[in-house]
Amino acid sequence: MTEHIHDRETCKKYLALLSDYADDELEQDLCKSLEDHMANCENCMIVVNTMKKTIDLYHTVDDEDEPTLPDDVRTRLVKRLSLEDLLK
Amino acid sequence: MSGSDQRLQDLSLDALRKQDREVFSQLVDLSSGQIFRLLLRMLNNELDAEDALQETYIKAFQALPSFEGRSSLKTWLYRIAANEALMIMRKHKPEPRTIEIDEDNEELDAPYEIVDWCCAPERELLSQETRSKLVAAAQKLTDNLRMVFLLRDVEGLSGEETAEVLGLSVDVVKTRLLRARLKLRDELSAYFAEKMKL
Repeated sequence: MTEHIHDRETCKKYLALLSDYADDELEQDLCKSLEDHMANCENCMIVVNTMKKTIDLYHTVDDEDEPTLPDDVRTRLVKRLSLEDLLK
Repeated sequence: MSGSDQRLQDLSLDALRKQDREVFSQLVDLSSGQIFRLLLRMLNNELDAEDALQETYIKAFQALPSFEGRSSLKTWLYRIAANEALMIMRKHKPEPRTIEIDEDNEELDAPYEIVDWCCAPERELLSQETRSKLVAAAQKLTDNLRMVFLLRDVEGLSGEETAEVLGLSVDVVKTRLLRARLKLRDELSAYFAEKMKL
């Protein structure tokens, strides 16, 4: 961890922009302003990078998790919908 | 778009609007795994997820004649499923609406944990323990934040689609997504900070 060279209020102002920044949806002037701030504020840089990494981890884990319906849940669903003749 | 998403999109809307049982059975077959997984993540309870799953398809079948096709079938099904999940959540813990408004408007908490764990080894980032932590952290979010996070960051819906599914404005989706991401980031940072001390 490094010494924080900005006052907390300045960093807090940028906090509201971080999600849009992570999604590449931040307007160009705000994007530049945030990047200028991060160039001198390691804490904000760490928050942005770890937020992006958090999103990446959820994506990665989700990609590996195939959506499957347990057999018993499927059987009861098919019965409830009276589709036994079409879905075995 | 995944293979099953594409096949879902290829189903005949005309046949579905006429409540053709065979095409409806294909819709159930192609989408029920995804819908169940989403409901399980939203509700954290298998029995509740199963109840919501059955209700989702019963309501979908009833509503098919009026499906206009303005959104994709998947988004339409997600909307019905999310409504079922919300109804179950409200039944379990009725929350006055004012709490929702306060949550959206309250001041953002400053990040608590400032530790750079991005370069942790891949085996650490994707260990079974970390995976369990990811699930537990998402379950700790409030229902409102979890719903937005799951649809947007896990299911990969756009901000507009998430807003449509949940009946919210895009701005509210953005606010809730930011809060959810900051909370999850803090949770994971605290976890990795502990690991890095060992």
